Amino acid sequence: MTTLLVIVILVLLSIALWQLTKIFDLTQAGKVAQGNSQVANDTDNNIQGYLMFGFLAFIYIFTIYGLIKWGHFVLGTPASAHGAQVDNLMNITWVLIFTVQTITQGLLHWFAFKYRGKEGQKALYFADNDKLEFVWSVIPAVVLAGLILYGLYAWTNIMFVDEDEDVLVVEIYGKQFSWEARYAGEDNVLGKANVRYIEGVNTLGVDLADPHAQDDKVVNELHLPKGKKVLFKIRSQDVLHSVYLPHFRAQMNAVPGMVTQFAFEPIYTTAEMRDMDHMRKKVHDINEIRAKKSAELIAKGQPGLDPYTFDYLLLCNKICGASHYNMQMKVVVDEPEDFKTWLEAKETLVAAVKASQEKPADETADATPMVKDSAKPAAPAADSSAVKKSATQAVKK
Amino acid sequence: MSAVAHAHDHSHDHDHAHDHEHHHKDTFITKYIFSIDHKMIAKQYLITGIIMGVIGVGMSLLFRMQLAWPEESFKVFSFFLGDNHAPDGVMKNDMYLALVTIHGTIMVFFVLTAGLSGTFSNLLIPLQIGARDMASGFLNMVSYWLFFTSTVIMVSSLFVEAGPASAGWTIYPPLSALPQAIGGSGAGMTLWLTSMAVFIASSLLGSLNYVVTVVNLRTKGMSMTRLPLTIWAFFITAIIGIISFPVLLSAALLLLMDRSFGTSFFLSDIYIAGEVLHYQGGSPVLFEHLFWFLGHPEVYIVILPAMGLVSEIMATNARKPIFGYRAMIMSILAIAFLSTIVWGHHMFMSGMNPFLGSVFTFTTLLIAIPSAVKAFNWITTLWKGNLQMNPAMLFSMGFVSTFITGGLTGIILGDSTLDINVHDTYFVVAHFHLVMGISALYGMFAGIYHWYPRMFGRMINKNLGYVHFWVTTVCAYGVFFPMHFIGLAGLPRRYYTNTNFPLFDDLQNVNVLITLFALVGGAFQLVFLYNFFSSIFFGKRAPQNPWKSTTLEWTAPVEHMHGNWPGEIPHVHRWPYDYNKPGHDEDFVPQNVPMKEGEQQLHH
Repeated sequence: MTTLLVIVILVLLSIALWQLTKIFDLTQAGKVAQGNSQVANDTDNNIQGYLMFGFLAFIYIFTIYGLIKWGHFVLGTPASAHGAQVDNLMNITWVLIFTVQTITQGLLHWFAFKYRGKEGQKALYFADNDKLEFVWSVIPAVVLAGLILYGLYAWTNIMFVDEDEDVLVVEIYGKQFSWEARYAGEDNVLGKANVRYIEGVNTLGVDLADPHAQDDKVVNELHLPKGKKVLFKIRSQDVLHSVYLPHFRAQMNAVPGMVTQFAFEPIYTTAEMRDMDHMRKKVHDINEIRAKKSAELIAKGQPGLDPYTFDYLLLCNKICGASHYNMQMKVVVDEPEDFKTWLEAKETLVAAVKASQEKPADETADATPMVKDSAKPAAPAADSSAVKKSATQAVKK
Repeated sequence: MSAVAHAHDHSHDHDHAHDHEHHHKDTFITKYIFSIDHKMIAKQYLITGIIMGVIGVGMSLLFRMQLAWPEESFKVFSFFLGDNHAPDGVMKNDMYLALVTIHGTIMVFFVLTAGLSGTFSNLLIPLQIGARDMASGFLNMVSYWLFFTSTVIMVSSLFVEAGPASAGWTIYPPLSALPQAIGGSGAGMTLWLTSMAVFIASSLLGSLNYVVTVVNLRTKGMSMTRLPLTIWAFFITAIIGIISFPVLLSAALLLLMDRSFGTSFFLSDIYIAGEVLHYQGGSPVLFEHLFWFLGHPEVYIVILPAMGLVSEIMATNARKPIFGYRAMIMSILAIAFLSTIVWGHHMFMSGMNPFLGSVFTFTTLLIAIPSAVKAFNWITTLWKGNLQMNPAMLFSMGFVSTFITGGLTGIILGDSTLDINVHDTYFVVAHFHLVMGISALYGMFAGIYHWYPRMFGRMINKNLGYVHFWVTTVCAYGVFFPMHFIGLAGLPRRYYTNTNFPLFDDLQNVNVLITLFALVGGAFQLVFLYNFFSSIFFGKRAPQNPWKSTTLEWTAPVEHMHGNWPGEIPHVHRWPYDYNKPGHDEDFVPQNVPMKEGEQQLHH
C-alpha cells in the first residue's frame, strides 16, 4: 500500500515538474528572441538567485526542525565515568560546528543571491589577498589546536590503563552471532584461552589446565558493579566484531587472533538509569509507538509486541555476517553488593565442564589422543584429557 | 592491431597536425570503440560511469526501502533480486549486506573514481594544457578497456548463486576470506577481487598517462602557475593514485592467497562452523592498514577532481578570477600530502595501539586547515561577482554547501575521543556521503553540465538542469541530514533491520522519511538521464565558447577532431582567470590572447 502511494506520488510529481519546465520553456521562447541558447539569462539569474536564498532558509529551518524534532534521540547522560568528558568535548565541538555552519552557509547563499548576474553588472577583479588567506588559515589552526589538545588529553585518559590500577577484569567474547562474558574470578586474572581448546561447554576455548582459569566464570548476560572500573579484554572466535556500548561511550573491535581492551567505570545502575527523566520519556515514547504497532499486528492476527523497559546493551558494531543486525547482549549494572551475590551464585567454568562430562557416558573415550600437537605451542597439562583430545582433534581437521 | 597502427599514425601527426583529417579515415570501430582519441575515451568513461551510477544508486534505493519498511514484501525486490535472494518479495539479510557492499564499491570506484576523474582528466588535460592528445593514446585506450572489463566482472558477480561480495566495501577479513562466514565470500568475493585488480591496473595506466602528459606536453607559455586549477587537481590526484593504489593491489593479492592458497597473512585462531581452521599468526588489523592506506587517499582521489572542476566553473560563472589561485594550489598539495598520513582515523577502534590513534587524530584535524582555506576561497570568489546561474554553477555552489556541511562533522569523527561513540554508526554514513559522495557527485554533475557542449557539440537543456539540481539538492539534505541524529542515538550502520532493538523503535519514522527523500531524489535522476541522452541527439548546436570562458579547450573547434586544433596549437600568454580584468572591453580574456602593450599582471 505504502509503496503504491509512494510510486503514485513520484509519478505525479514528475509529471507536474515536466509540465512546469515545458511551460517555462514556452514562455521563455516567446520572450527573448534567441531564448533557448541554454545559457542562463537575466531571468534565470534572478529566479535561481532567489531560490538560492530560499535554500538558505531551507537549511536553517531544516536544522532547527531537526534539533527540535529529533534532538532528543541523541544519547543522554552517559553511564560511565569518562562519558562526561567525551560529551563535554562533543558539546564544545558542536558549538563550533553550528557557528561555522551558520556563518559559511549564510555567506555562500547570501552572496549567491546578492551578486546574481545582471546585464551590465561588472564583477570585481579581486584575485588574491595574503592577509585574508593568513587570517583564515591561522584561525582554524588555533581553534583546531585547542580541540586536538583536549581530544588527546581525553583519549589518553580513556585508553591507557595503568598496570597497578584496581580494576575488575572481564573478558568479552564475540562469535557469529552472540556474545559471552568471562569473569576472572578471585585471582582477577583470566585463564589462558585459544579457539583450539573449544569443546562442549567450554565454548570460549579456555585452557582448563591454567591455574588462573580455575575460578573463571562464563555468563551470557553481562553484570557490572557500579563505581568500579572494569577492564574488558576482548576476543573474537571467528570474524571481526565490535563491542559497542553506546550508553557507556565505549567501543572496541573484537579481532580474531588478538586480545583488545577497553576500560570504563559504570556510574549509574540500570535502575538509576531507568529512573532518569530523559530515559523515562524515551521509554514512554517508544512504548506508545510499540503499542500502536502491536495493535496493528494483533489486528492482522500476528502476535503483538511486548512493552519495552530500558536495559543497557552491548551491540555488535562491525559487519560480521548475515545476522549482524541481531548480535546483542544484555548489560546490567548492579550495586556492588548485588553484583557480588549475582557472581557468587554462578558456577565456575571448570565445575560446569566437569558436570557436563559426568552426565553423558564418556562417548569419545575410544578416540585415541594424538601425541603430537605442533599447532599449539603450549600444550595443556594432562588434568583434563577430554579437553586436550578435543583440541588436538580440532587441529587435525 | 588496428589500434597499434593507429597509435603510430597518431604520433606522426604531431608534425602534420593541420592536414591530419585528410589522410586518415575512421571506421566505426576505431572511432567509437577502440578509440585512442582522448575526447572519445572521456565520453566512454562518462557513459560507463553513468550506467554504473544507475546500478549503484538503484541498489541504494532497494536497501533504503528495506530499512524503512523492514521485511515487507515488495514486487521490485522479487523482480530485481529473484526468489533466491528475496523469497516472496522479502529481501534476505545477506542480500541486504550484498547490496550495501556493491553499492559502496560501485559508487566509490566505478562512478566517482573512473566516472568522474577518468572522464574529466581525459577530456580536459590535453585540451586545457594545449596538447594534441595524451602522452600515450594507446595506453589511454587500454586503461579504459581495463576499466570496462572490471565493471563487467563486477556486474557479473551479481549473478553468482551465493550472491556477490557482502563483507562491506572495505572487505575486512576474516569475513571476506571465509565462505563459511557469509555466502558472498565465495565466488562473489573472488570476482570482486579480480575486478578490483583489473581496475587498479586501469587506474594506474590512466594516472601515469595523466602525470606524463601534464609534465611534458604543456603548450608554449603554459607554465605550471598558469595551469587551470582543474589540471592541478587532476595532476595531484593522479600522483596520489599512483602512490596508493598499488598498496590496495597487494592487500587484494594477499587476501586472495589467504583465500585460495591457505596462507595466513590476515587470519589467525579461527573457529567457525564447528571446526578450528589452520590459520595462525596473521592479523586482520594489517589488512585494515593496507586497505586504508589506499582507502583514505581514495576519498581525496574522488574529491580533488571535483574541487578542481568547481573552482574552474565558479570562476567562469562568477565572471571573476578564482580567489587565491596560489593558496588553492598550496591547499591541494597540502591535502594530497596529508591524505596519505591520516588513514588510521578509520581504525581508532580497531585494536591498534591507542598511541597511534593520537598521532592520526593530530594529522587528521590538520587536514581541516587546507580544506577550510578552500571553502573560504570559493565563498570569496562569489563575493562581488556577476553570477551566471547556469546549472553547472548551481551544482558548484551546492558542492561548497555539502562540502562544508559534511566536512564539519569530520572534526568529530577525526577526533579519536569522539569517534569512540559514533564510529560505525549512521553518523559516519551521513558524514562521508555528504562530504565525498554527494559533493563529488555535484562536482561531476557540474562538470557534465559545463563541458557538455565541449563533449557533444550540443547544449544540454538548462531548465531540466534546474529541476534536476533543486530536487537533488533538497533530497540530498533530506536523506543525509536526519542521519546525523539517528547516528548520535547510537544506531549502527549495516543493520538489515533495527526491529530487534526496541531501543531504536523511535527512530523508525526518521528512517521512513530518509527513504522517501531517497526515492524522490533517485527518481529525479531520470530527468538528468533523459536530458543527457536526448541532448546528445536533439540538443541545440553549441557555439564554440558558450560560457565565455578563458581556458584553451574553448578555442578548439566544436566539431571533434584528432589533434584538437586545426593548424598550430595555441600559445599561452596569461593565467586562466582573467575575468573582468580592468583595461579590457570584454569581461573575459582567453589564455591565448597576448598581453596588451603595457598590460600588467594583476594577480600574484
